[in-house]
Amino acid sequence: MTTRFLRRLPLRVAIAVLLVVEIYPLVWLLLGSFKTQNEFLSEPSWALPSQLNFGNYIEAWTQGNLAIYVRNSLLAVVPSLALIIALGVAAAFALEVLVWKGRQTVLLLFLAGIMVPWQMILLPLFTTYFELGLAGTLWPLIITYTATGLPLTVFMMATYFRSVPHEVFEAATLDGAGMLRAFWSVGFPMVRNAVFTVALVQFFFIWNDLLIALTFTISDDLRTVQAGLLSFTGEFGQTAYGPLFAAICTNVIGTLLLYLFLNQRVMKGLTAGSVKG
Amino acid sequence: MHNVLGDRRAVIILLGPALAVYTLVMLVPVLWSLGLTFFEGNALFGFDAVGFENFTTLWNDPRILDSLWFTVRYAVVITIGQVLLGYLLALLYVFALRKASSLIRTLVFFPIVLPTVAVGLLFQQLFAIAPQNGLVNELLNLVGIASVDWLGSADTAFWVLAAMDIWRSMGFYAVLLYAGLVEIPDDIIAAARLDGATGWQMVWRIVVPLSMPVLLAALIFSINGTLKVFDSIVALTNGGPGDATTPLTLYMFRTSFSYGEYGYGSTIALLLTVLSLGVTLLIFRSSRRDVSGTDR
Repeated sequence: MTTRFLRRLPLRVAIAVLLVVEIYPLVWLLLGSFKTQNEFLSEPSWALPSQLNFGNYIEAWTQGNLAIYVRNSLLAVVPSLALIIALGVAAAFALEVLVWKGRQTVLLLFLAGIMVPWQMILLPLFTTYFELGLAGTLWPLIITYTATGLPLTVFMMATYFRSVPHEVFEAATLDGAGMLRAFWSVGFPMVRNAVFTVALVQFFFIWNDLLIALTFTISDDLRTVQAGLLSFTGEFGQTAYGPLFAAICTNVIGTLLLYLFLNQRVMKGLTAGSVKG
Repeated sequence: MHNVLGDRRAVIILLGPALAVYTLVMLVPVLWSLGLTFFEGNALFGFDAVGFENFTTLWNDPRILDSLWFTVRYAVVITIGQVLLGYLLALLYVFALRKASSLIRTLVFFPIVLPTVAVGLLFQQLFAIAPQNGLVNELLNLVGIASVDWLGSADTAFWVLAAMDIWRSMGFYAVLLYAGLVEIPDDIIAAARLDGATGWQMVWRIVVPLSMPVLLAALIFSINGTLKVFDSIVALTNGGPGDATTPLTLYMFRTSFSYGEYGYGSTIALLLTVLSLGVTLLIFRSSRRDVSGTDR
């Protein structure tokens, strides 16, 4: 018994160290978000906060404009997600289930979009949005997120449709339903789970995006959470620790909660989408 | 039977919108961006044709060499770090923890879902020196080592960056590689054990060759992602100190949007694209030779 325990000891220690390294920075962050400026300056940073002080959060949300950033992020993410799913799932169905000449080529065309760095499209898009007078709105974000999300969505959904036996769709159309009906009432419900996984993956990509947000949000009241948080230190000056920690916490909490409840699905989805690198 | 699935109208209605959006917002801009490499100017003041001038500038620009070198160094270090540590973790999950690994797997995976900007700012605070020591310097002080200005010099900033990105992604690669390892049939492992293979010998001779396809896939994903690094660097060091941690992506961004040189910006973007496509093809081709070699 004890020899077995001793033999496993190095392994246990290694795992404990691993977990501390992965988890403790976040605990440190959360504790920091409750501390007062005084506690930051006079006590070691591993000390516990003297009380649960939500003042930092209020300050970050109001004076730090975090409320506006969160609103902008939601306004950009939700329509983009809906469009990505609607367009991407239909396209994957047309490319994988329907049979027509040239579908292989179009599928490859979509896949190429996964590899191309987004730096290749930013400048023409910026020019176009500027000419169209969209530069002062959130539309550039919604349009760009939708288009950049499509390749991976089409790729992943095509994989899922491939695993559904095609006889199912043929049978559906024999009953007199057209191909569109077959997609809507048979195809879509059959991959509903996969659609949810893909939506989850795309949510993480869009919510966490910085490059596109930074390029197209030209004024402070258009900034998303990620772009806004970058300038957060500037607005308060380097030393306002509490509100900064509270703002980082707010940014982290959404994805963290999603992961807490849906971790197996998130793990499956993100690794399936790993082609994106 | 194929007639039913060959409904042209359905193809157009289902595929049309996605293809239109994709073409207008991605394909056309890519071609447009290629065209921009022969111009200089920007959206506000208009463009002038300059022929191959952007390419000669690119060739002679010492900052391109610096950021290219940084990009490659970063991609190689992070790729080796995250795939190697990920593989070691995956081995740990499969052979040491076995069925009990689910919780650990889930916990080590989670930093990858956090916004990179948040992680970058968190690491800035962890490695801070002024006006207050961050956690890392406090711990160093505790064991009698003086505080280090981590983000103040090029070398240490690079390693903090590496530590952060490996911290973020090793759990992700562990799960990716774990999926490949559990597919190795148990009887092969059992047979090797009967033949007297133990510990590292088993790993090196049996497990690594059998998981080669998934390892190579992980390498391609990783190099492809790290060559395009942007978020973590902007959030943690913003390219500094000086330009010491400026990758091609950030140099392109600054050239385009801070200095308004769209033509040169497009040329840098093209270099980045060629680099990442080239590296992917290279690994892909060498891996095919590898796989066919072991087949024989």
